[in-house]
Amino acid sequence: MSQPFRLPAGGHVDRAQNLAFTFDGKPFTGHPGDTLASALLANGVRLVGRSFKLHRPRGIFSAGPEEPNALAEMRDGARREPNTRMTQIELHDGLVAASQNRWPSLRWDLLSLNSLIAPVLSAGFYYKTFMWPAGFWEKVYEPLIRRSAGLGRASGQNDPDFYETMQAHCDVLIIGAGPAGLAAARVAGASGQRVMLCEQDSILGASLLGQDEAWRTATLAALAAMPNVTLLPRTNVFGAYDANVVGALERVTDHMLASPAHTPRQRYWTIRAGKIIHATGAHERFIAFPDNDRPGVMLAGSAAAYVRRFGVKAGRRAMLFANNDAAFEDFFTLQDAGIGIAGIVDPRTDSAGAEAARARGITVWADSQVIGTAGTLALQGARVARRGSSGTDTLVAADLLCVSGGINPAVQLASQSRTPVEWNERLQSWVPGTPILPQFAAGSVNAVTGIAAAAADGARAGAAATGGDAAISLPTGAVADATVLPFWEVSVKGKSFVDIQDDVTADDIRLAAREGYKHIEHAKRYTTHTMGTDQGKSGGLIGAAVLAAARGERVQDIGMPTFRPFTQPVTWGAIAGPNIGKHFEPTRLTALHDWHVRRGAEFMDTGAWVRPGLYPAPADSDAWDTVLREARAVRRSVGICDVSTLGKIDVQGKDAAVFLDRLYTNTFSTLPIGRARYGLMLREDGIIFDDGTTSRLAEDHFFVTTTTANAGPVMQHMEFYLQTVWPDLDVTLASVTDQWAAMSIAGPNARATIQKVVEGLDLSNEAFPFMAVGDATVKGCPVRVFRISFSGEMAYEIATPAGFAETVWQAVIDAGEAFRIEPYGLEALGLLRIEKGHVAGSELNGTTTASDLGLGKMIKKRGDFVGRALASRPGLTDPGRPHLVGIRSVSRGEQIRAGSHLVETGTTLSLGWITGVTRAVELDGWIGLALLEGGEARKGTRMTATSPLHGESVEVEILSPHFVDPENARVRV
Amino acid sequence: MIRIDCPWCGMRDEAEFTYRGDATVTRPGANAPEEAFHDFVYARKNPRGWHVEWWYHSSGCRQYLKVVRHTMTHEVRTVARATETPEVPSE
Ligand SMILES: [Zn+2]
Repeated sequence: MSQPFRLPAGGHVDRAQNLAFTFDGKPFTGHPGDTLASALLANGVRLVGRSFKLHRPRGIFSAGPEEPNALAEMRDGARREPNTRMTQIELHDGLVAASQNRWPSLRWDLLSLNSLIAPVLSAGFYYKTFMWPAGFWEKVYEPLIRRSAGLGRASGQNDPDFYETMQAHCDVLIIGAGPAGLAAARVAGASGQRVMLCEQDSILGASLLGQDEAWRTATLAALAAMPNVTLLPRTNVFGAYDANVVGALERVTDHMLASPAHTPRQRYWTIRAGKIIHATGAHERFIAFPDNDRPGVMLAGSAAAYVRRFGVKAGRRAMLFANNDAAFEDFFTLQDAGIGIAGIVDPRTDSAGAEAARARGITVWADSQVIGTAGTLALQGARVARRGSSGTDTLVAADLLCVSGGINPAVQLASQSRTPVEWNERLQSWVPGTPILPQFAAGSVNAVTGIAAAAADGARAGAAATGGDAAISLPTGAVADATVLPFWEVSVKGKSFVDIQDDVTADDIRLAAREGYKHIEHAKRYTTHTMGTDQGKSGGLIGAAVLAAARGERVQDIGMPTFRPFTQPVTWGAIAGPNIGKHFEPTRLTALHDWHVRRGAEFMDTGAWVRPGLYPAPADSDAWDTVLREARAVRRSVGICDVSTLGKIDVQGKDAAVFLDRLYTNTFSTLPIGRARYGLMLREDGIIFDDGTTSRLAEDHFFVTTTTANAGPVMQHMEFYLQTVWPDLDVTLASVTDQWAAMSIAGPNARATIQKVVEGLDLSNEAFPFMAVGDATVKGCPVRVFRISFSGEMAYEIATPAGFAETVWQAVIDAGEAFRIEPYGLEALGLLRIEKGHVAGSELNGTTTASDLGLGKMIKKRGDFVGRALASRPGLTDPGRPHLVGIRSVSRGEQIRAGSHLVETGTTLSLGWITGVTRAVELDGWIGLALLEGGEARKGTRMTATSPLHGESVEVEILSPHFVDPENARVRV
Repeated sequence: MIRIDCPWCGMRDEAEFTYRGDATVTRPGANAPEEAFHDFVYARKNPRGWHVEWWYHSSGCRQYLKVVRHTMTHEVRTVARATETPEVPSE
């Protein structure tokens, strides 16, 4: 018999089929319907992992998502996933899993020596021990902690699976498919409203499994017949957000070896619900007593679930330590399944449960407690003593110790919905109070326990949510009273865990309280209590009770830490969904992109745009060769650059000129039709926002350009002022960035080049001077020609509807052949603008004013505009502020670095910084732009540009930022 | 996730909108003193309770909306057009 702990009958497993799997390399078999945990138990595997901090041996503790111990690395290779809960992994043929946190092997774990130095590893140990000396952190402590305290290992490879993102709406969302959830769905579904039912488990029913199967089957059949009801098994609602929006994770193929083709591994659901019914059930809690983490200690309800649902005995000889009758009823299931019974330890003096147990021939130690366990890698027995007695204790032999300290209603999602929680005296736990949102709670989360009562409560909630009829047939099953005696901890010396996953003991909580971390949120962070993947589902309240006792208060008076998403871990792959790699954000390509590709351009990402950085030629020995060649073509003959990415906004309307006057520091109402003007835009606080040229195409029609980076923000800024501040203005805005392709043709031969192809426009200097704008055609394509310049050379910008871009561009290239026209990229563009002293993003950086950048004369003296009032504040007009200057290395060949600080030679006080550098073509060597305190007065002096990061210092001259043609004559010839 | 009932587009997710801040402050007139602009730009009440805010339907109709939102519960009570004056509950 390969599965010695498998019962001959019962449960939702198919004994006719065997599934082969390996755990830590060892082969085992299980059946369809098993979890990895139930299959391991069926095979008698008790030791499944080592604890996080102390490396203590650990076994399977629960049968669900509350599992603190049984965490596995699932699969291998690229699909390896750490920290998966064995209690939720559905067994499949070929499954490969490994235990975590042990080295070199599970049985012989060298780091369990940590247990011997446990006093050092007490609460707050990370804070106290590893903070000093600082240098030790990187070299010694961190590698040590990483090896010893890490949980499982990620694969380190790209995730081979894909994930879907789902959006859904419903009238009623029911969370949880136990008796309450199913009854609620039955009633809500009958009303005809759109109902969704999410259940984290693979099969619906929860506590009904192995109990009233007839009712469960009939109800599922009825729900399946309702087209308005969507059932989502394997779907955990991990977070509840504002306005009844929830997030859920559907595990589509995690129960298979790998996803079939075209099938996502998981789906990430966003569900918008009219109403929500929380039927999330409850998590059983344990009791803190010495060595309550020994493999073989298990929650009582979970031990019963292994019998009822999986047909598995979690041990051969079981005992129970419980303070409530409901746990007795679960324990009787074990007896009925033929598991040997060692007896029941009950801290209560008398109970109905004890009477029933004695009637079944079970020994009950009343008014008693478990004060310790025996065994090393597996439980061998428990020590039982009378409460309050310091006398002798009895060692009772058992390999399974079922524990129940009561139940914690699963209020996480209700609490995330800002429903206040209320203390329930009977359960000694928190339950949802009056919700703020349209929500309901039903079943054991609502403190209504027992299968029939929970189902009736679910039917009531379903009717309340929909106006439907609550009168449905009810299931039968467990009825025992869940009332508990408040009992949290056995107060004897020893390691009594309150958080089994994080190795937090009751003593750690008391230590935190003694050291001043008395607030529940502080104690949590100081001890790491409830901070594991199980989020303290079964132990959280126990730690709170220990803290309350240490403070001399009642547990209900100290509150609970805030519940936050996620209720169960969610994979990054599901969160990212399809938005990975190139799909992470949209890529914007200009209309000329294909031409650049054919030309062999090297591309650069600028925001979402992909732009040519440079066009290497075979003869170029390095990138500088290319950039200098391209820039030289502009200075000496002619070059052409794709400037389609500049933001373009079409502004029309009777009040368009007035509107622009109010947005820019300069005046546009005086701009003649057919002319362009450079404009500067401030934020309301007086700092520069953006710049660009604006052209007047008609009395009531302007064409605004923005920097590439601010195309969106400027549009929003304009819309804000138009819609909210001056809604009386008659203006219409349209973003036309993508509609118009644009190219800049710059250099002394620019006019001679485009004159060959531009038709219908006199381009002579007299007829079309600097800053002129006109309509024309190129090869029959409509174009707008702007005589504007960024490089400092005579230049024209030609804009054409995007579909004509390549025709126009190629026509210009062909026309420029005689002048050896060169396309130039972003790098050469940057070189040219630094030589000319034109500001760009690194100077328009959100801290500079117009006068900082030498643009003070662009501020008009009359009339209101955005930023006017605050731009004149003393702090923004102080002449000592950093001011735009040019710099040049004294030793011409010496490289300067952007980001270097400017200091007076021989000192270290930074007086400014370098915003951009380049090798120049107009003059020798390296030049740059800088923002320098008192920059005006320092022109003509020498300073040191220093980059401590590179250990470099370069002597530089402080100059005017306009290295090329400061009189601006070239643009006008 | 807040849901906002845009008067132009209907009920939409918060993800479609861009928050643009306090809608109870008004840009001072052209001749107002510097202090008035200072308050307009920097001074905010940060109330606990109902608040009127600008939400820009950036992935929708591109209209700025006045949203009456409770800063503790995130409940949205009223969504008005930019030129309207929505009623603000006293509690
Ligand atoms: Zn809208």
